[in-house]
Amino acid sequence: MRLVHALAVAALLVLPAQVQAQKNGGELIFPVPSEPPSYDGHREETFGLIHPIAPFYNTLLRVDPNDPSGTKPYPSIAESWTKSADGKTYTFKIRSGVKFHDGSTLTSKDVKASYDKIIFPPEGVGSSRKGQYAVVESVSTPDASTVVFRLKNPSGSFIASLLSPYNFIYKADILAKDMHWYEKNIMGTGPFTFAEHVKGSHVVGKKNANYWDKGKPYLDGFRAIFIRSSAAQVAAVRGERAHIQFRGFTPADRDNLKAALGDKITVQESPWDCILLVSINHDKKPFDDKRVRRALTLALDRHQASEALSKIAIVKSVAGVQVPGTPYATPPEELNKLAGYWTDINKSRAEARRLLKEAGLPDGFGFTFKNRGIPMPYEPLGVWMIDQWRQVGLNVKQEVIEPAAYFGVIRKGDFEVAMDFQCGYIVEPDLDMYKFLSVDRNPANYGRYTDRVLDDLYDKQNRATSDEERKKYIRAFEKRLLDEEAHYLMTLQWHRIIPHSSKVKGWTVTPSHYLNNTLDVVWLDQ
Amino acid sequence: MLQYIIKRLLMMIPTLFGVAVIIFLLLRVVPGDVVEAKYMTQGSQFQSQDLMDIERKKLGLDQPLWKQFISWMGGVLRLDFGLSMWTGSPITEEIKLRFALSLQLAVMATVVATLLAIPLGILAAIKQDTWIDYGVRVFSIAGLAMPSFWLGILMILVMLIVFKWLPPMVYTPFWVNPWDNMAQLIWPALAVGYRYSAVATRMMRSAMLEVLREDYIRTARAKGLWLKLVLARHAMKNAMLPVITVVGLEFAFLLGGLVVTEQVFNLNGLGLLFVEAISHRDYTLTQALVLIVASVFIFVNFATDIAYAWLDPRIRYR
Repeated sequence: MRLVHALAVAALLVLPAQVQAQKNGGELIFPVPSEPPSYDGHREETFGLIHPIAPFYNTLLRVDPNDPSGTKPYPSIAESWTKSADGKTYTFKIRSGVKFHDGSTLTSKDVKASYDKIIFPPEGVGSSRKGQYAVVESVSTPDASTVVFRLKNPSGSFIASLLSPYNFIYKADILAKDMHWYEKNIMGTGPFTFAEHVKGSHVVGKKNANYWDKGKPYLDGFRAIFIRSSAAQVAAVRGERAHIQFRGFTPADRDNLKAALGDKITVQESPWDCILLVSINHDKKPFDDKRVRRALTLALDRHQASEALSKIAIVKSVAGVQVPGTPYATPPEELNKLAGYWTDINKSRAEARRLLKEAGLPDGFGFTFKNRGIPMPYEPLGVWMIDQWRQVGLNVKQEVIEPAAYFGVIRKGDFEVAMDFQCGYIVEPDLDMYKFLSVDRNPANYGRYTDRVLDDLYDKQNRATSDEERKKYIRAFEKRLLDEEAHYLMTLQWHRIIPHSSKVKGWTVTPSHYLNNTLDVVWLDQ
Repeated sequence: MLQYIIKRLLMMIPTLFGVAVIIFLLLRVVPGDVVEAKYMTQGSQFQSQDLMDIERKKLGLDQPLWKQFISWMGGVLRLDFGLSMWTGSPITEEIKLRFALSLQLAVMATVVATLLAIPLGILAAIKQDTWIDYGVRVFSIAGLAMPSFWLGILMILVMLIVFKWLPPMVYTPFWVNPWDNMAQLIWPALAVGYRYSAVATRMMRSAMLEVLREDYIRTARAKGLWLKLVLARHAMKNAMLPVITVVGLEFAFLLGGLVVTEQVFNLNGLGLLFVEAISHRDYTLTQALVLIVASVFIFVNFATDIAYAWLDPRIRYR
């Protein structure tokens, strides 16, 4: 008995300070820069849905809320899971005692109905992430507490795909009556219950007293206020009308808040799983010539830009196809061997000029660069690139297109070189590299190329049986994409800066602004 | 007078129809639609053409333009503006939510502007070329030179830096909590009202100067009437005509045009809704808002004309 007691005391001593100091109560107030079109996570794609609506729901699995890499699977509605030897069957044990906000009990039937809606939506029902689950053959429920996913072939990213914060578990009976019910209504099993949504203004959630994770949530509630203007969001935090904004602020905002509020502000930062890419239209001459494309990437001094632009824009790390610091990211010393990543910019630009000469363009040439009309970070990155290209003899004219019309324009191929954008909810090679597959496999490849070698490398990494094997194929994919063929150019990885009230505890920044918004572990030190 | 009113009312119908046709066509000329705005701008790796097709069909965007127009006009004639293409909610509900705030702000700004403009304009006119006139001119030209959103930003910075206080970020109706309501709306009302008053002050001053030089004013003064009485009974009524036009047009503008000021103070008003509707390519909501704002302008013009006719009998007898 004494031994048990001693161990308990020792365990308490080694617990992190925040675990010992958790306090109950208070309302977390946060601005949200955009508002969700509907409440249906299976249909929508915006963080404007996740930030105010995710606290009302649970997902089958989630990302470990304390993991700053935002990649570790963590139990949620499923308390455990197993994978079959052939890697094609995943069995999930559903937690008992989980109640919907209407008092009914969640069973495997609800999980199946929710995933059926996502993966096999009936006609007339939209699912944004159906394509991510093309590998799933069936979802079945042998009993009330077991869900089985059967895959067509083994997939290295299947578990990661279940960490999607959008995959809310809905009630099967409601879906059976009306598949569109969740577009206009909220009823989940999450740590907060829905109180009100005043359109254009705010969403309010109240503590779910019957939450299955006993003792949580710590907050009495939350209030998500829709504030479009970034200056007004910063003012809200500075004026202590809000505790935190979960998407991110600029370096200047961070510095101003810190200077104004000192210790009252805590800053958390992370590389951000968003990046601006440069699409090079392979259908337009001379961009069908890989020497010209390589010259474009070789002209860019990414290392200098990382230093300079990180002071004024939400970008920082020099990156390949994975967010730096995450499990499959290429180490910097290896990345720096790729064209456009060399640390000697003079050597790099000399090579760019040589390639242009070899391609029959010794005096350079002119082209139009289409950019999206969003100030941060499109504007500074656009200006930077045009200046870099000018230094190897390229005369670039920038054409800025209004945001809502932008992707319609570049999807039609009406451009030579254009800014493109990718943002993920989790860092996972399958998701992050899908963009670059041949155009017949992914119409969102605006470079409009076909590269079967690249496709093959993608498939091989997806089916790799060990981490080392997967890394090998990812490196080969990255080298072909960014160096040998220079199909796409990477700019700099976005950098997520969250300056928040020091009263906010228990929240960890990750590379994704879609993660860690369930708010069950967040508390206020007041 | 009745005939005059009926004639003006009937002229509104072709004007509104013209506005409806123009906005319907203009929106469709602009590249992109609500489905692209919703599903192609988030940087998602997976873009589902199926989903986009389903959504377009649901919204009727797969129909020919003439069918879309007839269906929309049919609804408008029944005063049913339909559903927002972005949220799927009834448009009347979307607008009703914001209208109270926009109307209150427009009324408050008009009150601020009128309370400043009329006395200052009269004072500047009767004290022409004195230091009072110069002072009023500086005050009003400064108001014209400073955009109201910029003044709003300055106000917020002063409140934040000096008083460590920020107005509430969420709108509370006056009847729910008058204090919170005023704490939020008084600042934008002052910022907007000041710029608005600058225009009206200049107008009041010049109109007053013109009227003060009229023969009937000189006659009234020559008869020995007291200056205040001359101003109140004879000069002001005539000098108010151009000021009423300015106040009316500004009021109509304030209902839907305070886009940046609403962003600065985070006001959930019609101006912000307008911008969001356009950037989301929410055709139905944009069309409804344009029609409503056009109607407000037409009615305000109508009311101004009626006021003109009341103030100046020559107009109604023409």
